Amino acid sequence: MNPSDSLSVSGLRIATRRRPGRWIGAALALLALGFIIRGFALGQIDWSIVGRFLTAPAILAGLVNTVLMTICAMALGLSLGVMFAVMMLSPNPVLRVSARLYIWFFRGTPLLLQLLLWFNLALVFPRLGVPLLGSVRTVDVITPFVATLLGLGINQAAYTAEVVRGGLLAIDRGQAEAALAVGMTRFAALRRIVLPQALRLIIPPVGNEVISMVKLTSVASVIQFSEVLRGVQNIYYANARIIELLIVAAIWYLAVVTLLTLGQTLLERHLRPAA
Amino acid sequence: MIVARGLSKRFGRIQALEGVDLDIAAGEIVCLLGPSGSGKSTLLRCINHLERPDAGAVWIDGDLIGFTREGDRLLERDDRSIARQRRRCGMVFQRFNLWPHLTALQNITEGPIRVLATPRETAEREARALLARVGLAGREGASPAQLSGGQQQRVAIARALAMNPDVLLFDEPTSALDPELVAEVLHVMRDLAATGMTMVVVTHELGFAREVAHRAVFMDAGRIVEAGAASDMLTHPTHPRTQAFIQAVMG
Ligand SMILES: Nc1ncnc2c1ncn2[C@@H]1O[C@H](COP(=O)(O)OP(=O)(O)O)[C@@H](O)[C@H]1O
Ligand SMILES: [Mg+2]
Repeated sequence: MNPSDSLSVSGLRIATRRRPGRWIGAALALLALGFIIRGFALGQIDWSIVGRFLTAPAILAGLVNTVLMTICAMALGLSLGVMFAVMMLSPNPVLRVSARLYIWFFRGTPLLLQLLLWFNLALVFPRLGVPLLGSVRTVDVITPFVATLLGLGINQAAYTAEVVRGGLLAIDRGQAEAALAVGMTRFAALRRIVLPQALRLIIPPVGNEVISMVKLTSVASVIQFSEVLRGVQNIYYANARIIELLIVAAIWYLAVVTLLTLGQTLLERHLRPAA
Repeated sequence: MIVARGLSKRFGRIQALEGVDLDIAAGEIVCLLGPSGSGKSTLLRCINHLERPDAGAVWIDGDLIGFTREGDRLLERDDRSIARQRRRCGMVFQRFNLWPHLTALQNITEGPIRVLATPRETAEREARALLARVGLAGREGASPAQLSGGQQQRVAIARALAMNPDVLLFDEPTSALDPELVAEVLHVMRDLAATGMTMVVVTHELGFAREVAHRAVFMDAGRIVEAGAASDMLTHPTHPRTQAFIQAVMG
């Protein structure tokens, strides 16, 4: 190439490269989407019923229960998870083994089975009580809400414990040593110095678990906890509009999960500079 | 003031300390020297019971550190009692170990507020004064990540001072610093030395040791090989290991 050539080339406009593969891929995706939309539009779905039940009081009450249960079960799961994580890292072998056993059991059995066990606790222990303080009938205490909370929270804790343990191990030993050196007890060093740093680290994974929990609450419909899915089931048992009501439930789960995902993105963006 | 007798500590197959005796008087400044792995950090950490000796013991002002004596046995104290004893020793680490989720000021006030139950206003007033003393007035709100290594180490010194300790333990306080930042930390340590603070300093800064320390202690393979007046020992070391070490550090 001679210099005059390169001079003339430098004046040329740069065109976008043609990428036929992209066009074909996009066309196929749009086509598929079109088929799905057409299918739903022409299928045996009465969209007016979806619209009517979307804000039915029973459904909204179920939605409130779903959100409430997500919050309560995650709170229980996180607190117990922190406790078991600390036990796993304890110098006391009895505590370590107990925590391991707990995780082994609750990760090793299906959540549905655990919920059924909690719900039927009365068959094992007809009365629950503290010695000297008296007792109550188990069926009065273990309502569907309580059984669901225990089932989801205690199951969640088994998973969260591993996440928290990882977070605790990621904090440099020097952090706790500096706390001990100013005269904090081991417990104070954990609570004031190590845990706050570990919890910041585990916000992203725990955020994902919150989102899973929203959907997991639907399992509790089998033990009569009146969350969203149970709500739509009660209605379609009466009016037989099964698909319409399942779509109602799907819309609400998607709405809640979308909001949470948005919140998670904002939170992680907010936390990044501090990391 | 500090008395260590027969300190031994083993890590697996490594004998980190082997029968170390050391006496440090109030107001004395002692430098611990020796090659890497010779047990200097372990000795320092036994003084505030961050490391539990396998044998031997440390007394500070006559109090047995980390243990209580029951007949002919030593029983380790409970967590609370050990924590209480550690208040007497401030410790400054090679890697600063500032708490990154707290500001410079909070790093200093955390101990007084949580451990000594000092009222927050008092603790903050004193922390500001300490920051000024280490040349960091106005940096109260900075987070550790915003500070240079030298500044972080000075905050760490202020954090140790905030507990009003009787002794300050320094574990290679300048070894993790870029060369141009070493002087500012040594400057703060010289000021401290001038106030009559009792200091035990693990360091490779022989200039500092010669100038500031009353006594130098040379360690090798978990034992004290040679000890004496710092100026003497650093200019006329008698033991061949000390001679070799000083030669190597001086380059
Ligand atoms: N927590 C520990 N676990 C295992 N080995 C250790 C530990 N701390 C120190 N050691 C070993 O003990 C010896 C002395 O260590 P140290 O007191 O840190 O030496 P120095 O501070 O003089 O470099 C070294 O061989 C080191 O590897
Ligand atoms: Mg060391």
